Amino acid sequence: MFVTSAYAQTAPAATDPHAAPAGGAHTETGADHGGGTFPPFDATHFSSQLLWLVITFGLFYLLMKKVIVPRVGGILEHRHDRIAQDLDEAARLKAEADAAVETYERELAAARSKGHKIAETAREAAKTKAAADRTAIEAELADKLAAAETRIGEIKAKAFAEVGQIAEDTATAIVDQLIGAKASGDDIKAAVAAAKTEA
Amino acid sequence: MANDPIHQFQISKIVPIEIGGIDFSFTNASLFMVATVACAAGFLYFATSQRGLIPGRAQSVAEMSYEFIAGMLREGAGSSGMKFFPLVFSLFMFVLTANLLGMFPYFYTITSQIIVTFALALLVIGTVLVYGFYKHGLHFLQLFVPSGVPGALLPLVIAIEVISFLSRPVSLSVRLFANMLAGHITLKVFAGFVASLGTMGALGIGGAVLPLIMTVALTGLEFLVAFLQAYVFAVLTCMYLNDAIHPGGH
Repeated sequence: MFVTSAYAQTAPAATDPHAAPAGGAHTETGADHGGGTFPPFDATHFSSQLLWLVITFGLFYLLMKKVIVPRVGGILEHRHDRIAQDLDEAARLKAEADAAVETYERELAAARSKGHKIAETAREAAKTKAAADRTAIEAELADKLAAAETRIGEIKAKAFAEVGQIAEDTATAIVDQLIGAKASGDDIKAAVAAAKTEA
Repeated sequence: MANDPIHQFQISKIVPIEIGGIDFSFTNASLFMVATVACAAGFLYFATSQRGLIPGRAQSVAEMSYEFIAGMLREGAGSSGMKFFPLVFSLFMFVLTANLLGMFPYFYTITSQIIVTFALALLVIGTVLVYGFYKHGLHFLQLFVPSGVPGALLPLVIAIEVISFLSRPVSLSVRLFANMLAGHITLKVFAGFVASLGTMGALGIGGAVLPLIMTVALTGLEFLVAFLQAYVFAVLTCMYLNDAIHPGGH
């Protein structure tokens, strides 16, 4: 209610600066509007507005130009430099780490080949030693075999020699039992020898 | 009186000053100009006083506004336009702070005064003209002669270019002024509906809900407009400065 009346009152007041306020209830509106002019277009205040705008904005511009802009620009630049510096440092450290990894790998490869070589040599040495041992053992065994064979031959010959004696003794005893007379030693010897050659 | 949507733009003298018959009174508008400068400069000053390598919240906002305008200017006027950075930054921060301060109830919106926005627009155009003629001399007038236009059309094109150049300060100032003025009047009218309907009994209170919702929505919109108009003012300033730096460049 009040709004609509007030709004209706201002509408003609804006278009016609000399329109007198319609009712007593709205006299204060007319007074405050400085003759009914729409306030933003009221030229009576332009000079003061301009002066204070020049003062305040001028001051603000100077503050921005002399203090704030260099300061914020400095902060940003400092941060930018710092980040660039940190990035450089990181790149340097990475290069170092890469070099260390490379060295490590090279050393690892060298150690591995060295180890391989050592193992190879050891294997080779072991193989030669084993071969030498085997030949030595084989030679020893062959010696032992030869000795054993000679000994067996000796024993055999001895046994054969003893076989003749035993056979003679046995034949003498058998003849003695069978015929009750002693056969002559030479006969029996001859007979045993004959039997031996037959066998 | 509280329901008069125009009353908020009324200028009242706080300290009457008159020099040589001209009124230079310190008014409520002057007070809010001082408040705008104090708020904007005070915020930027104290937000950046730590000079932190890792910014705090306030310093982030200050740096963000700095980089926002720096990016805008570099994009609009090239790296040689950066010498105008303090001007564009001041204009943006001043208009933005003035617009936002105007959002407080009972606060005066200085950007709703055509003389203020027109003065700011004249400052921009004046800078463009002075720098343009200082830097390029008469070659600055190439601004009005686009390349590649056939000779017969040239007078017409030049006339259009001149008119468009002359209308710049008008459009620049009226855009900001009209947006702030209209927004505040609309807000006030809808808020006035709430109050006047609320005095009309139960039915009126029920009906007052609608303008109340509208007022809340409009308040949100006005905050957007307050930022947007400051942004638009700064962007157009960058574009006009680009003309002063590269007059033949379009």
